Amino acid sequence: MAELSSQLQALEEITAAARQAVADARDNRALDDVRVEYLGKKGKITAYLKQLGNVSVEDRPVIGKSVNQAKQEVTGLVEEQKQALAAAAMEAALKAETVDVSLPGRNSEVGGLHPVTRTLQRIERYFRNIGFEVAEGPEIEDSHHNFTALNIPETHPARAMHDTFYFDADKLLRTHTSPVQIRVMEEQQPPLRLIAPGRVYRCDSDLTHTPMFHQVEGLMVDEEISFTDLKGVLSDFLQAFFEKPLKVRFRPSYFPFTEPSAEADIECVICGGEGCRVCSHTGWIEILGCGMVHPNVFEHVNIDSEKYLGFAFGLGVERMAMLRYGVNDLRLFFDNDLRFLSQFK
Amino acid sequence: MKFSEKWLREWVNPALDTDALVEKLTNAGLEVDAVEPVAGEFSGVKVGQVTAVEPHPDADKLRLTKVDVGEAEFLDIVCGASNVREGLKVPVAVVGAVLPGNFKIKKAKLRGVPSFGMLCSAKELGLAESADGLQELADDAPVGEDFRDYLGLDDVAIDIDLTPNRSDCLGIAGVAREVGVLTSTDLCSVDTADVNASSDKTFPVTVSDEAACPRYLGRVIENIDPKADTPVWMQEKLRRSGLRSLGPVVDVTNYVMLELGQPMHAFDMDKLSGQIDVRMAKAGEKLTLLDGQEIELQPESLLITDNNGPLALAGVMGGEGSGVTDSTQNLFLEAAFFAPATIAGKARSYGLHTDSSHRFERGVDPELASQAMQRATALLLEIVGGQAGPVTEVTSDKDLPQAASIYLREERIKRVLGIALDRQEVTEQLTRLGLTLQQEDDGWQVSVPSFRFDLAIEVDLIEELGRLYGYDKLPDTRPHGTVLTTNITETETQLERLQHLLVDRGYFEAVTYSFVEPKIQALLAEDEQAPIELANPISADLSVMRTSQWPGLVQALVYNANRQHDRIRLFEVGRVFKGDLANIEQQRQISGLIYGNRYAEQWAEKNREVDFFDAKADVEALLAVGGGDIRFEADTHPALHPGQSARVYKNGEAIGWLGALHPKLNKPLDINGRVYLFELNLSAVLQSQVPEFEALSKFPANRRDLALLVDEAVTAGQIEDCLSTIDSDILKAFQLFDVYTGDGVEVGKKSLAVAFQLQHAERTLTDEEVDSLIQTVTETLEQSLGATIRS
Repeated sequence: MAELSSQLQALEEITAAARQAVADARDNRALDDVRVEYLGKKGKITAYLKQLGNVSVEDRPVIGKSVNQAKQEVTGLVEEQKQALAAAAMEAALKAETVDVSLPGRNSEVGGLHPVTRTLQRIERYFRNIGFEVAEGPEIEDSHHNFTALNIPETHPARAMHDTFYFDADKLLRTHTSPVQIRVMEEQQPPLRLIAPGRVYRCDSDLTHTPMFHQVEGLMVDEEISFTDLKGVLSDFLQAFFEKPLKVRFRPSYFPFTEPSAEADIECVICGGEGCRVCSHTGWIEILGCGMVHPNVFEHVNIDSEKYLGFAFGLGVERMAMLRYGVNDLRLFFDNDLRFLSQFK
Repeated sequence: MKFSEKWLREWVNPALDTDALVEKLTNAGLEVDAVEPVAGEFSGVKVGQVTAVEPHPDADKLRLTKVDVGEAEFLDIVCGASNVREGLKVPVAVVGAVLPGNFKIKKAKLRGVPSFGMLCSAKELGLAESADGLQELADDAPVGEDFRDYLGLDDVAIDIDLTPNRSDCLGIAGVAREVGVLTSTDLCSVDTADVNASSDKTFPVTVSDEAACPRYLGRVIENIDPKADTPVWMQEKLRRSGLRSLGPVVDVTNYVMLELGQPMHAFDMDKLSGQIDVRMAKAGEKLTLLDGQEIELQPESLLITDNNGPLALAGVMGGEGSGVTDSTQNLFLEAAFFAPATIAGKARSYGLHTDSSHRFERGVDPELASQAMQRATALLLEIVGGQAGPVTEVTSDKDLPQAASIYLREERIKRVLGIALDRQEVTEQLTRLGLTLQQEDDGWQVSVPSFRFDLAIEVDLIEELGRLYGYDKLPDTRPHGTVLTTNITETETQLERLQHLLVDRGYFEAVTYSFVEPKIQALLAEDEQAPIELANPISADLSVMRTSQWPGLVQALVYNANRQHDRIRLFEVGRVFKGDLANIEQQRQISGLIYGNRYAEQWAEKNREVDFFDAKADVEALLAVGGGDIRFEADTHPALHPGQSARVYKNGEAIGWLGALHPKLNKPLDINGRVYLFELNLSAVLQSQVPEFEALSKFPANRRDLALLVDEAVTAGQIEDCLSTIDSDILKAFQLFDVYTGDGVEVGKKSLAVAFQLQHAERTLTDEEVDSLIQTVTETLEQSLGATIRS
């Protein structure tokens, strides 16, 4: 019968070997082998426990306690090692699956709306929100709707100033969106609130003119609509469009279909009114024409100009877009160069 | 209207500097387009006289001159101008002078000869765009005087962009009147007194068309000196208005036109025969104009004629044969009022635009002719001498425009402008404009003077009040109006939805011209119907209206492909123009094309070229938005590949095309690679429907797949049509999910795999039900299309 101390030492040696074996186990299988080697039915610690019968009665509790401690310790170590191995395996797997997140996504390319459309949509949204409807009209017009009904009779100098594209003596490409006013008023009595966006044409082509461009016509007719209302609606719109408080200036002007007539200037959005090339050093940029509907126009469409008053305005869409986005060449709008179009996403 | 500020200030001189004056004008509706100095910036230039000219010893083209600039010693100046001569008076830049462009004049040596200054041309002083030789000054120019002072060059030319209604301001007098009103300044009196006749010579005048020419004044001036020079002050005023000096007589008529606004004409009386008649042109008459061009006169052209025929195109331009020359001794001077409607458009119809036609077609004060005649006579007598006869006047009072009398209601002012003006203000403002007011209970009876012929109705007066009050001083208000109903229909999709859909699928929106090149359009057109043609196109390649958006889109494609883009997707929304002028269809379409690589260059997928089904997917997506019964049927289009083109139907109606560009067009259109195009009638695509709810089944769905063997010619569409004929309440849907030919499939056949979704609304399906349906399906397909089940 061995001495207690040498017994305990032997146990300690087995335990130490087990610790090392657990620590050395590199995968679950090796770890399981270690577990069987020490803790299995024929394991070294189990075997040691089995030979407790040979130990003297007085030593038995001491050794028994030590053996249980060793068993618990090794069981714990195996469990810990198992978790550590699982964690390491997960980590390795994650590492293997790591991607370069800076690579682009699959087929993610979106296109873009033409800046004219983008601008038109904003203008339409604004006016729809204040109760205006969107109206459309033909682009090949007759001279009655394009001119005569707008109080531009045959001999009026304004006809010559329009640089009109003609098909024959009567049919022409509309020179402005104003004929849509006439077409709507021919069909409907006031109250009316509408905008008419669309293509218009002038026989003119140089650095600052293209033979086709876009306008938005606006019309509001009701029993009490005044010139100060016109000023208010358009000033509000211009501030909203440019998203900043801008100075707006109204100047008397002349259009055959409005009286009083005005042109509106905004403080130059490029230089903030300081004066630059874009505003010809005036600090102001002419942005739209407007006025109170001329009684002769109402007469052409059988609307009682004593009962109803109205205002109309017309603005150039490309001009608005150029000022909004800083585009410096009108012709770019019609080249359809993808390097230009892709800047409006 | 361009004029010298100094000239204006002779008429009205408000206590405002140039900037403030310009701002006043602009804010009153006389928009100032430009304010430019009348000369370049220079100093140290004097009036000098060349006293001696000698050749340069070492240079053929240079001369040695002695120049008197009013100092004790004459200056030695070397000069290269060809018109330098003894006795000539010229502007001289002395040593120390600074010419435009900061060009400093220093003592210099020219080919070894010292030179103490420079003799100047008009160009060198910024007085003209070009010049040949030195500026020759009048003989009475005071030697030694500062040149700027001599010509009064510290002045600006103000250019006003007048609106067509304000032709009353096409003369200094009119602008001055306006400035007087705007600044409450009195007008200075400028002498336009009558000139008494010093002879009794007249030339007979008749007016055959009084409606076209309600007033005609003529006057004979005999024995003028045609060699007289136009005074410097007049030349300078003309120059500052942009007119060249053309001899004293023409200069005077131009001067009076600029000053008073009345165009005039001077005839060489010795070239007139019989009498003047103002009449319409007769068929076949011709006239050679002052500018040398011969025109065939159109009827409705008003003429000044004599017994031999046409002399001048009334109110537009005089004739070459009767014009004043430098040998003219006797004048017949004309000042008339031609009806604007008669003159309007005439100049343009002959390709002309003159200062005279510009004024007459907008309107001239009908009462101005007499004053202008007196003014011109006085100036002529002063400059060219001679004896003036009495004025011959033919006036038809009934044809003269009547001065308007307008009733102005106080309440209407407030309704139109949005603010009330007090009575005193109304009276004061309108009176300042030269109008006469008579106060009534609720307004005023207003008489308009002849020079404001643009004021015809009540609202014209209200505009004047608003303008003088100042548009900027009027408040901004928000309108009060009837609340209107708005449309929130679901039966029409918003166009924006379609645009965004294509953008999200990688398309860029293009905007192309509505007029296109006929040749390109012919290549891409659906039929041979001639396009609608412009009478006055801007160029041959933009001369017909498009019948399709493809020409524009294809040109945009070529533009970008030439700039190294290997993946192009474009769409456009807009009208196309079909039919003929008697019956124009102006339909809105949405069209597009794809070209090049399926994907933008990327790392993740194998790239490939786009094909028919890429384009079809986009079209299907567009059409899915509105729903309805959509079909694609193989059909032929002259511009499309015959084996890859489909007509698109929605609810049984043909609404457009989809297909590959015909390969034969690649070369003529200058395209490398395949292009897939579509065009759809926009209103049909936008047509949408309100969704209708169908109860969800609580019972499980079954799926059965069948592999069908059919002839290669059988299309997926035929199978779909065939399956659609099966009347079953458990067949919910079917999808074709594979098409296969090759190993294991007999030549001339193909295998199609179709999945069937089966479900009953109220119970679980039994195997018998499912088997029975599949039986029906296979039988139907076999009977109609000869399909067999592949096991």
